[in-house]
Amino acid sequence: MRENLQLNEAGELRHLLSIEGLKREHLEHILDIAESFAVLPGRQVKKVPLLRGRIVTNLFFENSTRTRTTFELAAKLLSADVINFNVSVSATSKGETLLDTLRNLEAMHSDLFVVRHSHSGAAHFIARHVAPGVSVINAGDGWHAHPTQALLDMFTIRRHKGDFTPLRVAIVGDIQHSRVARSQIMALNTLGVTEVRIIGPCTLLPAEARSLGVHLYHDLESGLEEVDVIIMLRLQRERMEGALLPSAHEYFQLYGLTEARLKRAKPDAIVMHPGPINRGVEIASEVADGPHSVILQQVSYGIAVRMAVMSLILGARGGGNE
Amino acid sequence: MNGRIFMQHDAILDLVQGMARLTRHQLGQRGIEDPAMIGIHTGGVWVARQLQPLLGIDEPLGELDISFYRDDFTRIGMNPQVKPSKIPFEVEERHIILVDDVIQSGRTVRAAMNEIFDFGRPASILLVTLVERSGRELPIQPDVAGLQPPLADDEHIRLEGPDPLTLRISGRPGAREET
Repeated sequence: MRENLQLNEAGELRHLLSIEGLKREHLEHILDIAESFAVLPGRQVKKVPLLRGRIVTNLFFENSTRTRTTFELAAKLLSADVINFNVSVSATSKGETLLDTLRNLEAMHSDLFVVRHSHSGAAHFIARHVAPGVSVINAGDGWHAHPTQALLDMFTIRRHKGDFTPLRVAIVGDIQHSRVARSQIMALNTLGVTEVRIIGPCTLLPAEARSLGVHLYHDLESGLEEVDVIIMLRLQRERMEGALLPSAHEYFQLYGLTEARLKRAKPDAIVMHPGPINRGVEIASEVADGPHSVILQQVSYGIAVRMAVMSLILGARGGGNE
Repeated sequence: MNGRIFMQHDAILDLVQGMARLTRHQLGQRGIEDPAMIGIHTGGVWVARQLQPLLGIDEPLGELDISFYRDDFTRIGMNPQVKPSKIPFEVEERHIILVDDVIQSGRTVRAAMNEIFDFGRPASILLVTLVERSGRELPIQPDVAGLQPPLADDEHIRLEGPDPLTLRISGRPGAREET
């Protein structure tokens, strides 16, 4: 049911809620379209008129300046108009239900909702209840999914490595509570990489890890052996307060990516991070700022990938209000 | 591949020779000495590649994919084969020769001109097409055209290529092709 919700009858992307349910062709198509958007910053006018007259609403129930800003910029570069609906200061805090909020925003003729919510499944819920012709992009829901982040990571990997097939990719850190990691693992496996490794302490690796199609490592150094891509995850402070971890210092001793540990990976390995980075917690500054790091490119590519997703969704038959 | 072959590679190259002569004449009349060339993806790029050396243009060719500028996006959605547009020179204050394979409605050229202006403000644009056919919907005419074949409204002409180049005519009553 969830898979069907994302695609229309012609098999085109109608909503983007999760990587789950999308085929390799869908992911590759998004990445191909993003290539055409990635060249726009080199031009005098950086925007294209594709979504002129469309309204995109950023519906953020959870704070995220970076993700919201890149979605906003992506929509504006497509010439759409953007409403930023910040829920913490809006009607929901006055007792309005989610559906009432939604109906009000639909009455403002929004064509696309970009939704971030702390509850898993929130974007699906909204996608099931929007009017026909209105689309939803999941910008992160609970621990469940963050598909555009995974797609921009895949775009970054493809730009640096070309083919996915021979790659070994290590994801390091708090996999258990990471919607980013869940979406990345699904995307990497869908695109057919050789191996996905997840590395972290027992308390932060998911119990169902093996069913995700990954290899588990508790030791960072052996896990990084011969990998092509290292994805570091942000360590959330509350994990330490929740007694899942001893301290930031101790975490860095065991799982922080240092130059010495990076040498275990292939000489041309790239280092990625969804941001914002905790220097000296999950990654050493020398690595974050070093020649292997592609962290800032991820941010730029995120705009092109979000433009691709928005234009595909609003270009699909039955997408958007006409 | 349906339809009948209307013209084959060598005859098309002869046509391009004639187009080059006419284009040189136009450039001379306008006093343009250092033009740059842009082809519209895909057929226009093929024609431009043939035309470019005949005009002595050494500068790399610009290639436009106008998918992001189409006026029918809301009806037909994203072109699945979209390619990045590349203009490897400064457009600002340049004299541009814009090349396409077939002009029909004029909508593609409108979209291409809009896109060119997003790269900069050109000094002028000269439009060269291999085929000029009936069916204009906008007030846009080529400055140079290779040929004007008499076609019925329901007949379509398209360029296949790049090697060999072939012009093919097909009749698909009821269907309309955006060119």
